[in-house]
Amino acid sequence: MTETSTTHSHHDPTMPPAAVSSDAVLSFDHVSMTFPDGTHAVDDVSFSVRPGEFVTVVGPSGCGKSTLLRVAAGLEHETAGSVAVNRSELGYVFQDATLLQWRTVRRNVALFAELDGMARPERERRVDEKLSLVNLDGFADKYPRQLSGGMRMRASLARSLVMDPLIFLFDEPFGALDQITRERLNSELLELFARQGFGALFITHSIAEAVFLSTRVLVMSARPGRIVAAFDVPFAPSRSPELRFDPQFAELSGEVSQALRGAHS
Amino acid sequence: MSDLVDAQAIAAGPDAATAPALGTDTTRPARGKRRREVIDLVGPALAFGGFIALWYVMHYWALRAIWDKPRFLVPPPHTVINESFFDTERLTEMLRATRYTAYISLIGLAIAILIGTVLAVAMAQTQWLERSVWPYLVALQAIPIIALTPLIGSIWGFGPVGRTVVCVLIAMFPIVANTLFGLLSADRGQHDLFTLRKASRSTRMFKLQFPAALPAIFAGYRIAAGLSVIGAIVGELFFRRGEKGIGILLADYRAQNQVPEAYGAMILTAALGIALFVAFGLLSQLVVGKWHETTRRTG
Repeated sequence: MTETSTTHSHHDPTMPPAAVSSDAVLSFDHVSMTFPDGTHAVDDVSFSVRPGEFVTVVGPSGCGKSTLLRVAAGLEHETAGSVAVNRSELGYVFQDATLLQWRTVRRNVALFAELDGMARPERERRVDEKLSLVNLDGFADKYPRQLSGGMRMRASLARSLVMDPLIFLFDEPFGALDQITRERLNSELLELFARQGFGALFITHSIAEAVFLSTRVLVMSARPGRIVAAFDVPFAPSRSPELRFDPQFAELSGEVSQALRGAHS
Repeated sequence: MSDLVDAQAIAAGPDAATAPALGTDTTRPARGKRRREVIDLVGPALAFGGFIALWYVMHYWALRAIWDKPRFLVPPPHTVINESFFDTERLTEMLRATRYTAYISLIGLAIAILIGTVLAVAMAQTQWLERSVWPYLVALQAIPIIALTPLIGSIWGFGPVGRTVVCVLIAMFPIVANTLFGLLSADRGQHDLFTLRKASRSTRMFKLQFPAALPAIFAGYRIAAGLSVIGAIVGELFFRRGEKGIGILLADYRAQNQVPEAYGAMILTAALGIALFVAFGLLSQLVVGKWHETTRRTG
């Protein structure tokens, strides 16, 4: 991200929304999830994410957004419906960075590849590549406690990037960061997204973040969570931070916000 | 504030000028550090001085004035040191005995670590095992070792084997308890990472649970090391036969009214315990000090 690239064109803003399609990297088909204790977390959710699509889910706290991701990743199991996803090519960034504190940044970034049994030379090559992609070259031999929150998140991002995922899940990854760091990481993530061409499913509380990052924003209702509104985001894939002050951006944010208020009641 | 380093990423951006790249460590103001070093030195020195002073007060005044007891019960420090450590023959005798006791406690500790670790790993893997075995471990911990010692002596004899068994029994509990606690301490998010990649149980154990447990494990070893020394000495004091350890020597001196020598033996006993405690602290520092915060200023 040391250079700004503007040469990406695979995004098509007129892409039809929602429907389950064959080229999707992740699709939910009437998925419901009820926990053993009876908590009905997700209710009849259907949508899909294609390569090059950045789908964000916003919703009130505890509405089952995270459960949706956990179901997609196979960490929880849907109780009805089905999920189609190739889990070997799945990236996952958790709410906190979940780095292993006894491993250096480099070895943390290598973790998934190591668990998947990737051969060492290939692994090391990719780790170095992704470390520099997230601007952590100089910090490869530091331990997590020596890093700032933003840097930890980058390491967490790189750990999944090493797997060259087709679908990338983000569970409110920047929620704990200060505003400046958050916006900076938003921009960096967009560039990564444009460069790597994965499909993304992103969970957040922040409407501005959702609109800024996404090609599509889904609004989830209070528990049991169901998708109550969908918005296509018309902006070009390369977005500058100033986009946040664009009247069209404000208008769309307002619409999402209104839908979200409706979802609360 | 070290997130300012992020500025490198946007060096071409408008606010690049405000953010010189900083390292992650902000150095403590030199004066505060100096002051802390002084306090670190002065505090222990004062405590030691106070301790020695109290000792003299006991000998020359308190014992007689308050408790109306003979002064020889607490000989003054210089007498203890003279009689115990400046008599070459005596010193050799004591050091040899201390070495033997150290040897027994280290063997006991090693066996306790071996059995304790295996037990804790098994308990961490299998919940019913944990639930079934745990009460007995707590019971073992609750029964005074001195009550078990005669039984152990009758079974394993009063030599090195019986003494080692005492050490194992007394040192086992903190090892199992800390290791088990440590193995179960990895957080849910970290477990999720391994679930995502479908890691096997053993991979999870070796790459997640075991490293996560290391700080707790070492804390357990330190406690166990001290207890193991106590175990060895309890065994010696109780059995009072076989090879002479520092505990037997201590009992002999007391029986023969060699009070200063008895104090000398006690000092050596304490020194042995402290040495093991410090050694395990250093080992812990070496292994987990780099990444674990609370182990940084111990040992």
